[in-house]
Amino acid sequence: MATTSYRVERWTRQSRLFAVIIALVLMVLAIGPFIFSADITDRLTTLFVYVILAAMWNAMAGYAGLVSIGNQVFIGLGGYFLIRLSDAGVSLYPAVVLAALIVGLIALPVGELMLRLRGGEFAIGMWVLAELSHFLVNLDPVIQGETGTSLTALNAYPPVAARNDTYWVGFVLMVVLLAVVFALLRGRVGAGVQAIRDDEVAAASVGVKVHAGKRIMFVLAAIGCAAAGGVWLATTISFQPGTFFGIQWTAYMLFMALVGGLGTFEGPIIGAILFFIMESWFGATGVAYLIGLGVTALAFSLFLPRGIWGSVETRLGIRLLPVGFSLRLVNPDGGRDRD
Amino acid sequence: MNFLNQIIQGVLLGGFYALLACGLSFMFGVMRIINLAHGSLAILAAFLLMGFCNYTNLSPFIGLLLVLPVMALLGWALQFTVLDRSLRAGPLIPVLSTFGVAVILDNSMFEVYGANSQSLGPNIGNLAYNSWNLTNTISIAQLDALVFVTAVVVLGGLQIILRYTALGRTIRATASDPAVVDLIGVNARMVYAAAAAMAMVMIGLAGAFLAMRNSFDPYAGGPQLIFAFETIVIGGLGSLWGTLVGGIVLGVAQNIGATISPHGFLIAGHLTFLVVLVARTFGGRIAWRALLPKRAAS
Amino acid sequence: MNILSVENLECRHGLLVAVRGISFTMAEGEILALVGANGAGKTTLLRSIAGAHNPASGRVTFDGQDVTKLRAYKRVARGIALVPEGRRLFADMTVEENLRVAGAHGRKGTWDLPAVLDAFPQLKPKLKARSGDLSGGQQQATAIGRALMTNPRLLLLDEVSLGLSPLAVDQVYESLNGLMNSGTTIIIVEQDLRRAIAVSSRIICMLEGAIALEGASAALDREVITAAYFGLHRQTDTAP
Repeated sequence: MATTSYRVERWTRQSRLFAVIIALVLMVLAIGPFIFSADITDRLTTLFVYVILAAMWNAMAGYAGLVSIGNQVFIGLGGYFLIRLSDAGVSLYPAVVLAALIVGLIALPVGELMLRLRGGEFAIGMWVLAELSHFLVNLDPVIQGETGTSLTALNAYPPVAARNDTYWVGFVLMVVLLAVVFALLRGRVGAGVQAIRDDEVAAASVGVKVHAGKRIMFVLAAIGCAAAGGVWLATTISFQPGTFFGIQWTAYMLFMALVGGLGTFEGPIIGAILFFIMESWFGATGVAYLIGLGVTALAFSLFLPRGIWGSVETRLGIRLLPVGFSLRLVNPDGGRDRD
Repeated sequence: MNFLNQIIQGVLLGGFYALLACGLSFMFGVMRIINLAHGSLAILAAFLLMGFCNYTNLSPFIGLLLVLPVMALLGWALQFTVLDRSLRAGPLIPVLSTFGVAVILDNSMFEVYGANSQSLGPNIGNLAYNSWNLTNTISIAQLDALVFVTAVVVLGGLQIILRYTALGRTIRATASDPAVVDLIGVNARMVYAAAAAMAMVMIGLAGAFLAMRNSFDPYAGGPQLIFAFETIVIGGLGSLWGTLVGGIVLGVAQNIGATISPHGFLIAGHLTFLVVLVARTFGGRIAWRALLPKRAAS
Repeated sequence: MNILSVENLECRHGLLVAVRGISFTMAEGEILALVGANGAGKTTLLRSIAGAHNPASGRVTFDGQDVTKLRAYKRVARGIALVPEGRRLFADMTVEENLRVAGAHGRKGTWDLPAVLDAFPQLKPKLKARSGDLSGGQQQATAIGRALMTNPRLLLLDEVSLGLSPLAVDQVYESLNGLMNSGTTIIIVEQDLRRAIAVSSRIICMLEGAIALEGASAALDREVITAAYFGLHRQTDTAP
């Protein structure tokens, strides 16, 4: 019997090359405000927000099997706590991070409850949560109901500084959150949650801590979406509860993650870029644009549920960022094994 | 007395929620799908009925004779275009695809009918405002009573169909094990199509009554989906008469909430939903501890 | 004419090959016992004949017609019925409902509710009972009765005695006796070799997805079958 030797690989030549490209792109983006126009800087900040949202939605749906149609609850609360903290005198950008952490803290007990729900129940349950939070936030006199309020702390900054600082905060948050997702996926949690998504019962039977994995992804998504909400508020300045807690966010997140590729690391980033481009081209058409988003999402869910990147990955065997392991068979004679 | 009136009105409102929820509950019971387009489909039925009434000047109740079969056909078509494919692709896909359908429906209705609020109240004459006065402060609107009776009839009829007819038995068998009904000669996809058509008739009825008792607009589907969902969770997922109980609990909670604050109506409903959820999750253990007899130390 | 012919059937579960290139035919009225260790591919073979599993390649011909691509419910209409492993009753429905729902969708023929109750008299007092509450033997009787309600010409029985008490097994086989004399073609998967030999006219022993031994039941003794069952016969062929 011939012995087959193999080696377990993480980094392929492709992924090494890609890592270099990524590093270069990140370096350019890091000095963005010095080389881009004000308009481009603003729009890139928006893109960072989209990337965060898509990656967080994917962390839940793509990796832990938690499809939510209420993640706007985190976006809205992130914005709300930013308003409250900056009113209380916390300086603006630390307040973005602090607000996100508060939302993460709230998500701990809330997750305990919501994670009892299954499939579609979880999805709508999250929406109920978003609606409830929306109305409760409206009760706060500072918010003035649906009228909303403004992030007055921004007035303290000269416009250029505000634009650039918001850009950098958005950029750093995006990189950090993506790095956290990447690290989680490479570690035990990653293998575990992917097993949950594939078969929850089987995963539990081989000792995967199903609940722990889901809880981690839930809290991470809460923190990430809240951070995105904070950055979004810093770019739009005015906090209107109806917009921040609106269901349209779910349509966007679902579109980005699904079209890009659920359950892949790269997919949501590609989805966010695509969504960003579509919005700049067709956003002005209003309702027709939203119908287009719906039709695209429906078509992908029915005919290409692995999304663009998922399909590319399986068809071409490309792995840009090494989230998993690849097994390389090493056969000295190059022949086929016989038994 | 005013408080009692709020409770009575809440019970009546619960009848509407039960009618609104039974299509969602039935579809979940048979196909294990939470149809996120549920509310939007009810609004679609309302617009179709409005179109019929505006065109013919006939009563909406006559319009239902046309709209309900159209809804049944739409359900049939929805099964073969969207649901069937989604069901075979795993548990996540139906959530994604029905949400996609909801986004398409809401925005298409906006495109066609515009942003204005509509109501069929003016089309049903006296029924829109006639009521029976029980006391000086308590009166029961005839329309509300009609909705409540309809809900009971629909739930009861559904129960009879499921228990005593061949179609009902087939639906229950398919709900219980879709892989095994295949082995006794049943095409599960056709059963699902029939179930979707039945659910859509119930959705159509709910949409019609929604249009008669309230105003509606193209984006009104979302809240209706939430109410329907809260109803079936409070009443116990998949239980028929639980749906009526759930609707009544939700309606009463909302009406009591409304007496406390202007926002109280919705907040009280959502909170009731969450309280029931907490009770289900953690109540089991507490209840056991309370029920178990304490052992005497020996 | 052969009622069933299986040619070069290969079935996979993902990458795992469960049935590798099996061929056999059955004449009408024959009773075939399928034996083999767990994982030998017996259940997958039965499910492929019933249409519950899509074979990777090969052909299943029933009554002269190629049914390989036919969905299970359409094969029921042609006269193939499978009693699945684990019985798989509609647990929340009564015994009567389990039987009636099958009767409403299968072929028309001599099997109806009274006929099934005659064959399985133990079900008579349980008609209105929830099938999930029955004993194992009564559940198996209901499962077989449910398949009979579709009036099959070919009945596939998977693991009839699995999880039943010896007494219940006896009772089920006693009821099957009449059925076996009625001319229905039957394939039965049975772990108990003694019983398999007793009830069948022919035996096929499967090993790792292939046929290890095939022959008339009367001509085979337990030692030969046991050797095939564990693959011992192969070892003597290929010994160094």
